[in-house]
Amino acid sequence: MKPLTFTLVAEPPERLDLSPLTPERLAGMERRDIEKIQIGMSKHGSKVGDIFRIAGNDPLDIVFEGGSTRLDRLAEGMRGGSVRVVGNAGAQAGRAMRGGKLTIEGNAGPHAGSCMRGGRLEIMGNAGDHLGAPLAGELAGMNGGVLIVRGKAGAFAADRMRRGLIAVLKGSGDNAGSRMIAGTLVVAGGTGEMPGYLMRRGSILLDRAPKSLSSSFVECGAPESVFAAVVDRHLIAEGILKRPLLGKAPQKYGGDNAVLGMGEVLFPR
Amino acid sequence: MPNVSVNGITVDDTFAEAFGMRATAIIITAPNRKWARQAAVTMTGFATSVIGCGCEAAIDVELPPSATPDGRPGCRVMILAMRTDELQKQLLTRVGQCVLTSPGSACFAGLEGSAELKLGSALRYFGDGWQISKKIGGRHFWRVPVMDGEFLCEATTGLTKGAVGGGNFFVMAESSAKALVASEAAVAAIGLVPGAIVPFPGGIARSGSKIGGKYKGMIASANEAYAPTLRGVVRSELGPDINAVLEIVIDGETNDAVAAAMKAGIKAVIELGPKKGAVRISAGNYGGKLGKFIYSLKDMLP
Repeated sequence: MKPLTFTLVAEPPERLDLSPLTPERLAGMERRDIEKIQIGMSKHGSKVGDIFRIAGNDPLDIVFEGGSTRLDRLAEGMRGGSVRVVGNAGAQAGRAMRGGKLTIEGNAGPHAGSCMRGGRLEIMGNAGDHLGAPLAGELAGMNGGVLIVRGKAGAFAADRMRRGLIAVLKGSGDNAGSRMIAGTLVVAGGTGEMPGYLMRRGSILLDRAPKSLSSSFVECGAPESVFAAVVDRHLIAEGILKRPLLGKAPQKYGGDNAVLGMGEVLFPR
Repeated sequence: MPNVSVNGITVDDTFAEAFGMRATAIIITAPNRKWARQAAVTMTGFATSVIGCGCEAAIDVELPPSATPDGRPGCRVMILAMRTDELQKQLLTRVGQCVLTSPGSACFAGLEGSAELKLGSALRYFGDGWQISKKIGGRHFWRVPVMDGEFLCEATTGLTKGAVGGGNFFVMAESSAKALVASEAAVAAIGLVPGAIVPFPGGIARSGSKIGGKYKGMIASANEAYAPTLRGVVRSELGPDINAVLEIVIDGETNDAVAAAMKAGIKAVIELGPKKGAVRISAGNYGGKLGKFIYSLKDMLP
């Protein structure tokens, strides 16, 4: 079987909700039925057939040829299979995904990987604000899985994260890991102001000292750390990083003591 | 088949009889080889026989930094017991008292088995609320604060019900010095076999036993048929040329591991030859009715 390919014919005239186009929801559907799915979010009410040219037939291997910042909610809630976007994605790409693999070869908009619970989301370019974070009103952000951003991430990456791993390789905006409940956030390339702001538990692992920390973080020494060695080796083995991030004895700051105070910010000395 | 002679050493036409056991394994790492060994040796102390120690344990193999989860030198330690609950208890008390306490140590699962035993998920309570749970790549670790930093310990390790305890052979020589040299050669060879351990002191037992005894409550007692000083007064198994018998007891993760270890050990004794080492090799059994596993010496010859 050949990958089920959606080729973008022209720039969409409106924002699109692509959440129906996941491996689970397309399984067993005929091409003409797929073409009739409404995805437009304005009065245009575009259907799949108006926006994309469809080829291939394997719903477990979906490819979007050509991207746009108007392609929202890509692969939302997917549980298995693979979705690849050759281009940019809009808001909420991979939101609430539970399994499978989503690859975005361009940039992703805000709330990429929001509340994901499993699977692997890899963004080759940059990600917008609120990476992995909850939408307004939701209590927890990312809850499992692996989220990799090869470029930069915006502000509030890993906000309210609870479980899983987020790795941002070319720096993040302000307040990375804010309000973290648990989980692991890796940022190489520098963070903005006050990473870990109001974090309860969890680990923020950096490749350099943060330029600022909330004053309710406290210095906690730099003993030799087997955890750092295990994480470094894991990141390299997974192809996320090429060289160790933390080294043998990273500096630890504990916080945020304005809340529970059991989180940590680690970086090489 | 009568006894055979290989390289001048008589090999009895008999067999070793072994039992099914439960086994687990862990990998202990430390900043250097010395301290990895120290933690492993300490936790496998007083673990020669289930008769009196609750479990049988020893270092299986030493691991180079490239083969451990944290890139530091390590040891793989195997622990065997008759029952799962006893194995769980021994694992936790030994790791808690001997590995957690050892400077710079960390502890990882060393076996994927049919079931799991608690490791860090029980020892974490030492952290008194400051322990940290971390899942890295599908593996669950606990980080427990200690006075030189953190004790990293995997949450669980595996259990196998297919382990074998009590594979053995006797090294019989003209003098105790020669018996010891031959036994040491056997132990060194078995050390290279993965999945098999020799839990007695230095891998060697000199007080091989029979089941029961004349005194009430004795589970095991002197094996007088193999005691050279009783050669004249009991029905002895020893000829006039034997003055020392040492037993190599082998436990393995699998039937195959025990067989491989017996082969390696017997090969080493035979290659050493009768002048420097043993003149005869035999094995211990209970008539073949009690143990599930039988290792015929003639199948173990090099």
